Amino acid sequence: MIIGTPKEIADLENRVAMTPASVKQLIKLGHECLIEKGAGERSQFSDKEYEDAGAKITQTAVDLYAQADVIAKVLPVTIDEVKLVKEEQSIISFFYPAQNEELLSALNEKKATVMAMDMVPRISRAQKMDALSSMANIAGYRAVIEASNNFGRFFTGQITAAGKVPPAKVLVIGAGVAGLAAIGAAQSLGAVVRAFDVRPEVAEQIESMGAEFLFLDFEEDGSGDGGYAAPSSPEFREKQLALFRDQAADVDIVVTTALIPGRDAPKLWLEDMVHSMKAGSVIVDLAAERGGNCDLTQKNEKIVTENGVTIIGYTDFPSKMASQASTLYATNIRHLVDDLTPDNDGLIDHNMDDDIIRGVTASREGAITFPPPAPKVQAIAKPQAKEKPKELTAEEKKAAELAAFKEDTKKQFAILGAGALLLWLVGSFAPASFMQHFIVFVLSCFVGYHIIWNVAHSLHTPLMAVTNAISGIVIIGALLQVGSSSWVVIFLAFISILIATINIVGGFLVTRRMLAMFQKS
Amino acid sequence: MSLGLVSATYVVAAVLFILSLGGLSNQESAKRAIWYGIAGMALAVLATIMAPDIKNTALVIIALLLGGAIGVYVAGKVQMTEMPQLVAALHSFVGLAAVFIGLNAEIELSMVQNLIANNADLKQLTGFAKKLAEKTSVEIAILKVEVFLGIFIGAVTFTGSVVAFGKLAGNIDGKPFKLSGGHMVNAGAALFCILLGVLYFQGAGIWTMILVTLIAGFIGWHLIMGIGGADMPVVVSMLNSYSGWAAAAIGFTLGNDLLIVTGALVGSSGAILSYIMCKAMNRHFVSVILGGFGETTGKAAEIDGEMVAIDADGVAATLEEADSVVIVPGYGMAVAQAQSSVAELTRRLRAQGKEVRFAIHPVAGRLPGHMNVLLAEAKVPYDIVLEMDEINDDFPQTDVVFVIGSNDIVNPSAQDDPNSPIAGMPVLEVWKSKQVYVMKRGSGTGYSGAENPLFYKENTRMYYGDAKASLDALLQLIS
Repeated sequence: MIIGTPKEIADLENRVAMTPASVKQLIKLGHECLIEKGAGERSQFSDKEYEDAGAKITQTAVDLYAQADVIAKVLPVTIDEVKLVKEEQSIISFFYPAQNEELLSALNEKKATVMAMDMVPRISRAQKMDALSSMANIAGYRAVIEASNNFGRFFTGQITAAGKVPPAKVLVIGAGVAGLAAIGAAQSLGAVVRAFDVRPEVAEQIESMGAEFLFLDFEEDGSGDGGYAAPSSPEFREKQLALFRDQAADVDIVVTTALIPGRDAPKLWLEDMVHSMKAGSVIVDLAAERGGNCDLTQKNEKIVTENGVTIIGYTDFPSKMASQASTLYATNIRHLVDDLTPDNDGLIDHNMDDDIIRGVTASREGAITFPPPAPKVQAIAKPQAKEKPKELTAEEKKAAELAAFKEDTKKQFAILGAGALLLWLVGSFAPASFMQHFIVFVLSCFVGYHIIWNVAHSLHTPLMAVTNAISGIVIIGALLQVGSSSWVVIFLAFISILIATINIVGGFLVTRRMLAMFQKS
Repeated sequence: MSLGLVSATYVVAAVLFILSLGGLSNQESAKRAIWYGIAGMALAVLATIMAPDIKNTALVIIALLLGGAIGVYVAGKVQMTEMPQLVAALHSFVGLAAVFIGLNAEIELSMVQNLIANNADLKQLTGFAKKLAEKTSVEIAILKVEVFLGIFIGAVTFTGSVVAFGKLAGNIDGKPFKLSGGHMVNAGAALFCILLGVLYFQGAGIWTMILVTLIAGFIGWHLIMGIGGADMPVVVSMLNSYSGWAAAAIGFTLGNDLLIVTGALVGSSGAILSYIMCKAMNRHFVSVILGGFGETTGKAAEIDGEMVAIDADGVAATLEEADSVVIVPGYGMAVAQAQSSVAELTRRLRAQGKEVRFAIHPVAGRLPGHMNVLLAEAKVPYDIVLEMDEINDDFPQTDVVFVIGSNDIVNPSAQDDPNSPIAGMPVLEVWKSKQVYVMKRGSGTGYSGAENPLFYKENTRMYYGDAKASLDALLQLIS
């Protein structure tokens, strides 16, 4: 199949859906790659690099649409572009089918197959093509960089000859992929990071990034399907806002990333909170696309309030980091194509029984297939309640130790008793000469038992080799017999001495070789 | 040398043996301990040769020199990765020697008894025969039991070790193999041996013992053939134990305390090692001996997800950024002889200021401590080589875990899935780290045959290929 990528025509869009690296991978899958002249320019990929990777360059978008079987894009095609789309052509891009019904039906009329990268189901198998996560990751990082750009102070605290610099305090609301990326970026710049999320299970993830989880004492689980958040009850919301109001006067930077699938962004940072913030503070609203988490956010604008708070409502963070975003997005696309080409033979098998392929397909063979049914595999297993081991008090611990000691004593007495009884039994039947040897035997077992438990684990192989060498002591038996008058005995004893010597010499030498290797750094 | 002096030397030798085993409690004292062992053995052998009544000294010296030369040759030639095979092969020698000595004792015994029956002059007898002539009838009866035990254990050790050698060296298929009838055949054979033993006690003659040798040999062969490759560490230490018991039994036969002491030391050492191994695999000793992994009670849990492969560039990039790296070596590293590449990687990463450590599972490899020896050979400092309990809690703070050719010992289903064949076995919790790279030849299962969900985890990437080739490719990208 021929996979083609046109230049993105939107003004603010710098990304491209195919990179020289992904071209190489796609060719490995048996496909041919086509790219419009200059498509990668704004992501710093030159036409030459594409050609070197094995892609063909077309001069115009018209040619590209005419030649390609599959179109891979970043943004949805525009109504103008629809005219270029061939019958039964496949289109892979972000699509947002719920918002773009008109566009979807226009493409459907052309019997085009529409695959929406924003519809990749949230199952673990699909993570490698989860473009939303890739972009959210970039957005989270860039949000912190943008905030720092508009913030007049260091992020990290310093004590210098010219005075003490307090660290910046960053509050991240919503710890999805973007939120966690923001936490990571702010953390590594040296800020004090706090984070909040309605889903209590992400507390661990927040803490794992080194941020402080703002705990809300309320019995409600804000988790919805597919690992996303669900809307919360009014009481919960009140509590939450009270928490934020407390924080507003304290924090310097707020990054909000709270989104609920299929709804407008919840308003979490109200006007009064903005007013109570210090001058110079920065709010970055990553939910600006859906109306913003902050009351005052203006989409695609940076505003400064009367009290000196900067509010950033940009929606094109990934595009601002086009090179990185394109690399990740192109890899996501490549993984999807990989799944579409199960035999790596360049033939696309559009398997509608596959959860992922079914999920992304919004229109196919003249039928609209959006919305897809729920995936068969559950996104995230329900966590099992963990039972905490009971904390023991000092007395209980003591009592337990005493009981264990008593148990131990009892056990030892029992073993000793049984051992003594056994010895006594043997002794009452066996002659004295045997008993002498038997006692030596029992004592040796006892000594061996105590010594071997002390051997370091890493020395178990040398131990084996040493004991093996030592067991060559049977040579003494053969030595004692070699003086016999029977030639059979002499012969067998001779062989025994021979092989026992091999054992002894070989065993010791090997052990020495092994031990000589152990050395301290 | 008088008999008293010989006995005194034996006591010294026994003490030296005990010290040499005791010295293995840490790496530094172990280097001295080995000399104790060598000195003890040299003293014991010398004293025995110089004792009164030893004849055919020339023959003895020929055997010693020849055996010594072969021993030196073998020990110098063997690769560290072949250590399990070598140990198994050497065990077989002890077993065989024990069988011969037992048979000799019987031959001498019947000879002496013949002389007594013919009222011949017993004074001309020397050495072992003289000792036999002085024994009472009860002592003779006990002696016969000892001969029987020595031969039986020796023969089982011999064939068992030969099979273990073959399996470890790859000459024999590692899969469990059993004759129809399974353990009933073994039990029947053992019963038959006991029957022959009873006949022997009643004076049936040497043919019974020769038959016992053959049947016990069969038992040893069949027993070890029925044990899968994954259980080989236990088998090797078990055979180690057997060889000790065989030596002790011979000691009883000959009335030699040094043999008894040493045999008992070796026997208990092997038994404890087997116990430690079994515990590490959460297996019962009996079920290891009886062979085959435990029956699964239900269907093992289905695994969702897929394995994602990665190439050397990807691995190198992550390593570049990681601060702490843990390497989990397994049998695959030994097979690929990749230890020196691993050591080189370690050296370079450490030179960059990264924390590199090794996590060794107790049953990694095919014999206890196998990995430690290989890493030591490649000059990996032993203080960064940690065992499971020391490092398991550190995985959540680890950036990158390298799993090199190990499978079952990093299988999370041992903890999560009660129906897994390895359920309950303690494992290294590598999946808790930030990123896991699994170096593997293909996507097959480990020795237990259990699927490994680790490979499907989100933070796991598969780096396919021969461990050594892959590591060398990686080394080119890391300076």
